Amino acid sequence: MILLDFEEPIGVLQDQLHKALEIGEKTGVDMSAATSELEKKVTDKRLEIYSNLTAWQRVQVSRHPDRPYTLEYIETMTDGDFIELHGDRGVKDDKAMIGGFGTLDGQTVMFIGQQKGINTKLRQYRNFGMANPEGYRKALRLMKLAEKFNKPIVTLIDTPGAFPGIEAEERGQAEAIARNIYEMFGLKVPVICVIIGEGASGGAIGIGVGDRVLMLENTWYSVISPESCSSILWRSWEQKQVAAEALKLTAKDMFDNKLIDGIVPEPLGGAHVDKPEMFKILKKEILSHLDILKKISPEERIKTRMEKYINMGVFIDNE
Amino acid sequence: MAEENSGWFNRSEKGIITETKDKKEVKEGLWYKCPECKKIVPTADHENNLNVCQCGYHERIPSVKYFEILFDNHQYKEIDTHLTSADPLNFKDTKKYSERLTAVMKKTKLKDALTTAVGKIGNYETVVASMNFEFIGGSMGAVVGEKIARAVDYAIKQRCPLIIISKSGGARMMEAAFSLMQMAKTSAKLMQLSQAKLPYISLLLDPTTGGTTASFAMLGDVNISEPGALIGFAGPRVVRETIGRDLPDGFQTAEFVLEHGFLDYIVERKNLKETISQQIRMFME
Ligand SMILES: [Zn+2]
Repeated sequence: MILLDFEEPIGVLQDQLHKALEIGEKTGVDMSAATSELEKKVTDKRLEIYSNLTAWQRVQVSRHPDRPYTLEYIETMTDGDFIELHGDRGVKDDKAMIGGFGTLDGQTVMFIGQQKGINTKLRQYRNFGMANPEGYRKALRLMKLAEKFNKPIVTLIDTPGAFPGIEAEERGQAEAIARNIYEMFGLKVPVICVIIGEGASGGAIGIGVGDRVLMLENTWYSVISPESCSSILWRSWEQKQVAAEALKLTAKDMFDNKLIDGIVPEPLGGAHVDKPEMFKILKKEILSHLDILKKISPEERIKTRMEKYINMGVFIDNE
Repeated sequence: MAEENSGWFNRSEKGIITETKDKKEVKEGLWYKCPECKKIVPTADHENNLNVCQCGYHERIPSVKYFEILFDNHQYKEIDTHLTSADPLNFKDTKKYSERLTAVMKKTKLKDALTTAVGKIGNYETVVASMNFEFIGGSMGAVVGEKIARAVDYAIKQRCPLIIISKSGGARMMEAAFSLMQMAKTSAKLMQLSQAKLPYISLLLDPTTGGTTASFAMLGDVNISEPGALIGFAGPRVVRETIGRDLPDGFQTAEFVLEHGFLDYIVERKNLKETISQQIRMFME
């Protein structure tokens, strides 16, 4: 497992643990006392580090290369009962945005989300999770399909941003995102949005308007990445840690500012440390929200959804 | 309200509360140099031509000038004048956001990046919400979102059309996710307007990019622009850096956006009032 820079102390203990296990195997000496001691130390160290993560460190965890991506969540949460649907019916199939019907604990759900690649080749193929307009339009097509058949929608958000390329501009990236945001307010079915990694700006909110917006514990959601923010406001790439703090982009900050509806806990050390546990936690979370949302009438859900966003924003009214 | 150094038409009547003073004498030796064709003309002539050069270059002009162009007899009333930005995140980059706000308010005499006015256009009561690019790049924070929300409420209450004039670099970074959520907030309000069957004309001006384009600016019942305006999602610098080569000529101009199907038409500034009046009449008649 790849360790992040701040996880170095965990790595040192893990190395000691491996050595102890090796010695035990080679020599036949009983090392169980030493190894269980070291195992406890690894957990304690992880707890210590993960209880005090800075905003920038959370950004690092959200981008951890071993972190599970959208399709793996869907495949596991549906026990493989998932059919991926392709294409926006206009231009092409965007590999950075995926979706389709899946079964979650007996009920059909429309899953939609950005998809990142798991190796160098696939990262290219998935355009690093940066969707083009056709990706957003595919997402909208699938949302309307779900609405037609009265199936709830779950979006899994993980993107460094909508793709800023020439073709994206030609095909109306801005219009595609605007249209999705707008149309999501009118969806008659329950909509749950979960930030599972990076929630960068318009690229994220383009599939991010819902009755419930949740963030996994070690994810970020903001108007800009800390690096870009640093480069624009500080005119240097070096202030990303400071920018990450200033943007208040962590799940806790977003929840405290009432901009999201809930935080989904991750296994100690991040989602990638215990993927099966992560999938289990999220599935349970989604099902419990769905249970509540299903009992509300579509009209009431839409009204509440709209009011929630209309009330967002702090300003001074001197009248 | 910003007081411009000169008007370009005779103001026969005073605006309702525009505090418009008599047309100031243009100082001798004041010249305007067009950045496009480099031609130099007296500022007075340039302003009498609605700040449009003979070559067709449309210079950026502030909201108050659009109000004067659009509203019948240049009469209008500014509304929602008391909203100012809070600093919910206590944001500080190289400078404190709160200090930035104080400085820009003093410099521009504006309260925030959007000014709303109501009046008649072609005899139809209309609410116009216009962004102020000179206020932190016309960036969208909570005040912009709230003023658009209130403009929609006004339109619904008066059963009148809404025009939003966009001139904006996008989100206001110093309000971070609060700013991002204004994309959703304004879109929700536009859906309410739509449900009330009232028209929304989106005028996208130079420049309109980022979260502004990717929300209310692209959601007009008609989307219109002026010649040559820069309109895009990503700014040209970001696109250039992403693709690693020079951008094609005319990329992200209003003409480019029209050609690709995201604008209904482009209208020259001198025809703006007439065309918008005609458009409103067709919606409301
Ligand atoms: Zn010129």
